[in-house]
Amino acid sequence: MLAGVLHQIMSGLATGGIYASVALALVMIYQATHHVNFAQGEMATFSTYIALTFINLGFPYWVALAGAVVISFVIGVTIERVLMRPLANAPVLASVGVFIGLLLIINSMSGFFFDYTIKQFPSPFPDHPMLGGYLSGHELGSTAVTLIVLISVYLFFRHTRLGLAMRAAAFNASSSRLVGVRVGWMLALGWGLAAGIGAIAGCMVAPVVFLDPNMMSGILLYAFAGALLGGIDSPLGAVLGGFAVGVIENLGGAYLVGTELKLTLALIIIVAVLIIKPSGLLGRRVYSRV
Amino acid sequence: MTNLLEAKGLRAAYGETKVLHGLDFAVRQGGVTALLGANGAGKTTTLRAICGIVRTQGEILLGDTRIDGKATEDIVRLGVAHVPEGRGTFMELSVEENLRLGAYTRPARQATEDFGLMFDYFPRLKERYKQQAGTLSGGEQQMLAIARALLLRPRLLLLDEPSFGLAPLIVQEIFRILARIKQDAGVSILLVEQNAAIALEFAEHAYVLETGRIVMAGSSADIGKDEGIRRSYLGY
Repeated sequence: MLAGVLHQIMSGLATGGIYASVALALVMIYQATHHVNFAQGEMATFSTYIALTFINLGFPYWVALAGAVVISFVIGVTIERVLMRPLANAPVLASVGVFIGLLLIINSMSGFFFDYTIKQFPSPFPDHPMLGGYLSGHELGSTAVTLIVLISVYLFFRHTRLGLAMRAAAFNASSSRLVGVRVGWMLALGWGLAAGIGAIAGCMVAPVVFLDPNMMSGILLYAFAGALLGGIDSPLGAVLGGFAVGVIENLGGAYLVGTELKLTLALIIIVAVLIIKPSGLLGRRVYSRV
Repeated sequence: MTNLLEAKGLRAAYGETKVLHGLDFAVRQGGVTALLGANGAGKTTTLRAICGIVRTQGEILLGDTRIDGKATEDIVRLGVAHVPEGRGTFMELSVEENLRLGAYTRPARQATEDFGLMFDYFPRLKERYKQQAGTLSGGEQQMLAIARALLLRPRLLLLDEPSFGLAPLIVQEIFRILARIKQDAGVSILLVEQNAAIALEFAEHAYVLETGRIVMAGSSADIGKDEGIRRSYLGY
């Protein structure tokens, strides 16, 4: 029994890492724009197809992944510059409309370019159990990749000048301009980074759930639940929330509601957080004196 | 004496509401110029117009460069630092990060050297270095805003009501430090103040604004002596 629970927790952390990455991508755009990018999941799916295309062309796995990340970054920047930028001062509903439009368009583009059949996606990690059978090679490897991504993003925001400028632009655009930060480009960079993180998350989850144009729709929901649970304006909260949702989902699925109702758990978490603590567990606590 | 900044026929509006109706003024190289006037006279808007935050018509020259119509970021990069109304603190970031942002456009090594200078002017910022900036008192935030602006190594420093909401003793302290900065840094200053007495003492030249028009210009001494102007526009 205990070994079973431990196993569920470990593999919950592995999927939770994917949710954490996507949640982080959501939070990055939310912090800068106060909008949730509903198309984040479809963008990640599209990126995964790009990686698969490279792999099929004969590129080594990691080169294909890097290529997909770079192209996704460019796509993310372009979407912000071309589609979101003109709406910077538009009402919320206009942005929501664009997000939903993007979701549908990118989803259809995935199907159009790469067809709707379910495809296998390779894993670069060994295909045998590890850590005494608690985790598969892919689970362990993808968790490691996720952690590396999350730590790199943290270090980037914390310790680089550009990262600081991006945070500043998200918090206080007008003051940022007054110190010479090009706020518009910071937003575009945020979109690029979010798209790149999504690409990695897509490639890490695809070997498990298989690749089709709707691959990320459920994952986006879990990620959103994670982001809300941790606090939609807190990157650290979103990451912890993502991991927590992964574990809750796995334990709940195994012992509580069964696999059919797992997605319902995500919705229950979303509703519960909104009712009980709308700012999330680590939501923003800004102290200000007047 | 040459002018660092010159505005000719400067107009500005927020949407349909016209706020500035054709101002002509100049800030002299190395000097302090004050913009005085009652609430709503257009002082803050004038500073915002110089920085390209509001849409303007007319000509603004920084040295020989026309800066009207340029983006705020580009004007800032030409050496215009603006301490905005309300101090513009990055509340969520630490004091250190606020200062680093001030030096954002400059090479990191140079900036770190300047940090020492800022701590010399504002020892309190050193004590609060790792603290979240939102927890600072109003006076400390004003000091932080001035330090952030100076870290840009500006040619022109725009100060929007540094005395706003502060206790008289703190105001005195801030102006004492500003006097030192004026001597050391060789920066030209355009000061907007409601507190005309303190502004006239600090500035060499002043303009008096009333509802978007300049009603008087001259040396601080002359304006301070003019009983009529003092009573009608400066309120002391």
